[in-house]
Amino acid sequence: MDTTRTSETIDQDRRRLLGTAAVGIAAAGAASLLPSQKAAASTSDGIRPFTVSFPQEELTELRRRIVATRWPERELVSDEASRRIWSTPATVGPTQGVQLATMQKLMKYWGTEYDWSKCEARLKALPNFVTEIDGLDIHFIHVKSKHQGALPVIITHGWPGSVIELLKIIDPLTNPTAHGGAEADAFDVVIPSMPGYGFSGKPTETGWDPARIARAWIVLMKRLGYDRYVAQGGDWGALITEQMALIAPPELAAIHTNMPGTIPPEIVKALASGGPPPADLGPDEKRAYEQVAFFYKNGLGYANEMALRPQTLYGIVDSPAGLAAWILDHDADSCALIARSFDGEPEGLTRDDILDNITFYWLTNTAISSARLYWEHSQTAKAGFFDAKGITIPVGATANPSEIYTAPKSWTERAFPKLLHYGRTDKGCHFAAWEQPKIFTDEVRATFKTLQT
Amino acid sequence: MNPLTKTLAAVAAWTVLAIAALVFGLCTLSAPAFANPVEDRSIRPFKVQVPQVALDDLRRRIAETRWPDRETVGDQSQGIQLAKIRPLVEYWGTAYDWRRAEAKLNSLPQFMTTIDGVDIYFIHVRSKHSHALPLIMTHGWPGSVLELLKTVGPLTDPTAHGGSPEDAFDLVLPSLPGFGFSGKPTETGWGTDRIARAWAELMKRLGYTEYVAQGGDWGSPVSNAMGRLAPAGLLGIHVNLPAVVPPEIAAVLATGGPVPAGLTGKERTAFDALSMAAKMGNRSYATMMGTRPQTIGYAINNSPAGLAAWMLGHPGFSGWTYDDSDPEKSPDEVLDDITLYWLTNTATSSGRIYWEYGGGRSPVFADPEKTNEVSLPVAITVFPGEGYQAPETWARRAYPNLIYFHEVDKGGHFAAWEQPELFSAELRAAFRSLRQRN
Repeated sequence: MDTTRTSETIDQDRRRLLGTAAVGIAAAGAASLLPSQKAAASTSDGIRPFTVSFPQEELTELRRRIVATRWPERELVSDEASRRIWSTPATVGPTQGVQLATMQKLMKYWGTEYDWSKCEARLKALPNFVTEIDGLDIHFIHVKSKHQGALPVIITHGWPGSVIELLKIIDPLTNPTAHGGAEADAFDVVIPSMPGYGFSGKPTETGWDPARIARAWIVLMKRLGYDRYVAQGGDWGALITEQMALIAPPELAAIHTNMPGTIPPEIVKALASGGPPPADLGPDEKRAYEQVAFFYKNGLGYANEMALRPQTLYGIVDSPAGLAAWILDHDADSCALIARSFDGEPEGLTRDDILDNITFYWLTNTAISSARLYWEHSQTAKAGFFDAKGITIPVGATANPSEIYTAPKSWTERAFPKLLHYGRTDKGCHFAAWEQPKIFTDEVRATFKTLQT
Repeated sequence: MNPLTKTLAAVAAWTVLAIAALVFGLCTLSAPAFANPVEDRSIRPFKVQVPQVALDDLRRRIAETRWPDRETVGDQSQGIQLAKIRPLVEYWGTAYDWRRAEAKLNSLPQFMTTIDGVDIYFIHVRSKHSHALPLIMTHGWPGSVLELLKTVGPLTDPTAHGGSPEDAFDLVLPSLPGFGFSGKPTETGWGTDRIARAWAELMKRLGYTEYVAQGGDWGSPVSNAMGRLAPAGLLGIHVNLPAVVPPEIAAVLATGGPVPAGLTGKERTAFDALSMAAKMGNRSYATMMGTRPQTIGYAINNSPAGLAAWMLGHPGFSGWTYDDSDPEKSPDEVLDDITLYWLTNTATSSGRIYWEYGGGRSPVFADPEKTNEVSLPVAITVFPGEGYQAPETWARRAYPNLIYFHEVDKGGHFAAWEQPELFSAELRAAFRSLRQRN
């Protein structure tokens, strides 16, 4: 679908709503929204510059909805303890989900002081492009380093992330000399929005599973003229990057992942049985086992729902509070980190960071289209998120302490026979590039050092 | 007891206040106005009077619904289809009339009484026939007392519905804590055992010395729990979502293992249905509410379309059309129920029953339901459209004192709602032997 057609579709939808609903500005908010895309004439290779722009009335409408939030009563448990510490399965008490107090602080800030225009300006300042691949418009940010011989890297976000979670690492990677690095650390950075996410098109047919996205990324890098590059990702980005590694096009030299799939087959089996950790595990392996078992048992509700019934989540498209809570409740540690941020104790993520991302989902109306990736994955997945997948090309892996599970070195070495680097960091949760950009940058540099010319 | 006129004015005033409060964003529907240091054991008449402002607010929110793009498949495999939900929600926001549901409720004697710190709403219809058997019947999620209303006539007034005076029941229909007009627990612990104790107290408070209990969906584990508790006066239970799945079958289903050997035809059919439901993810809603009721609560509490889709996502509704082709499954039927959840702001509080039960587990497994501890007489009706058809062999293994087992040819998960006459006939037959004992 090209940009022009998209705009026409949206306009028709909007006109129809205005005609039937007759609620003025509110109806504009009811329309599915894509930003006005001032695409220049297509260049010969089909890569079109993309201008980020959101109409003010959408922001006004969002604020109106935030103020009109109808709240539930508070949860019945006190899981205060879990927000004070870097949690491990043993320390997480009973939770019923995102606490009302956190949500009310978030919504109050979102509806008053929060200023989206700052984020919009940041996005606008970057070179944004759109190109059609496999029938779908793919948005991407493309920042070239000023340094000769910079290594091209394609970095993929996850859910509930977006290109916004990767903005902090663009400059350290492309401009290393300004961030404690050497010229030899320079990267050319390509940051696409996954199908159904951000400014990329929304698939109207099934089949956009991680492998198909990986194939599209390979096309994208080829179209950009890169004949030797690396790939990086966390969350879905990790899965897509792993899929690229499994396809192993000759131009892909190596990958780095901050959510590596390392769980060996016998452990996958033990986890499926729901039993206790096998007796012969070392301390790191035992902790990893407990983390995954805990997540599978208590933390997978949202992923399960999106994998099985993404369309039923109409509420997160229609309700800013519903969307925010859904996005916050990704994993226990990041949720606790965010809660602390709204308590006035920001560590790696500020209130603006969090709301930039949520607002981006809201304005692009991608809550459900993004969720469909879980559904697509469930249709074709041969292995679980964290399982070792048989990658043979060179890999760098970072294990963050507050990731859903901290990949042990032993499993990582087994999963990736050509392990370039294993980094066990002392800080960081699931959103590594967003929360700890410096550590993340160091890890990426350490991984690809030997490949840089 | 008929203190109807005494406190009517006060109760009506409370109803208005409570609903006005929730419309304006306050979140205290648990009616603390009546809370006393010593529990007030009185039974207070109750009328539903939703202020117009709440209905106007609902219509306004519906008109402003922001929709997603349509699903990328041609069936229900990604959830509620846009083309199915959107017309329903648009009808909800225009021609649908809540006042008809309200009138239906108000045509019945409704009461409120505080039990174990929570206000319990209930409908109480006595039969004109003497020696009617008292029956407490429990709804489920996403149901409410509304799903049971069509059985009131057949059960309490059998002679007008093809029965005899000896078939009469006195009927008690409570709303579960956190549901409908009942209060919302402000502490954890309101699982099925505690609800069962509250129901026993309710029946005692109503002066019933001998009675039976019935339930489908959550009403089934509540009735099982009453059966285990065996409070004085409880003669037996009837369930239409029985917990008969044996432990060895449960183990295979949990790991997605192969079909166990040696199953009879009906056991195999039941196994296949349960196995398919697990594979299709029919219980993803339960997993979500079983682990994070609060998180999904923000969306469905704040979005009428979100609430409607979430409720209609229950597999019990999967065969419903919401059009007028079947009056038993008309849009008004489901919208009355959804509107009740909306107006009482119970989307989140009702989901907590899954959390209390633990992680979204299904209540159809015999071991966790401790059916072997139900020594009281148990009756089961198997409806063909239920999520699985309980085989008699499993039922006899699960419930040591099974007095009635019958497979009928019509009706689904919401049996009382879909087939009220047949359902009522089943209850008459199921409990007949317990009456004759008197």
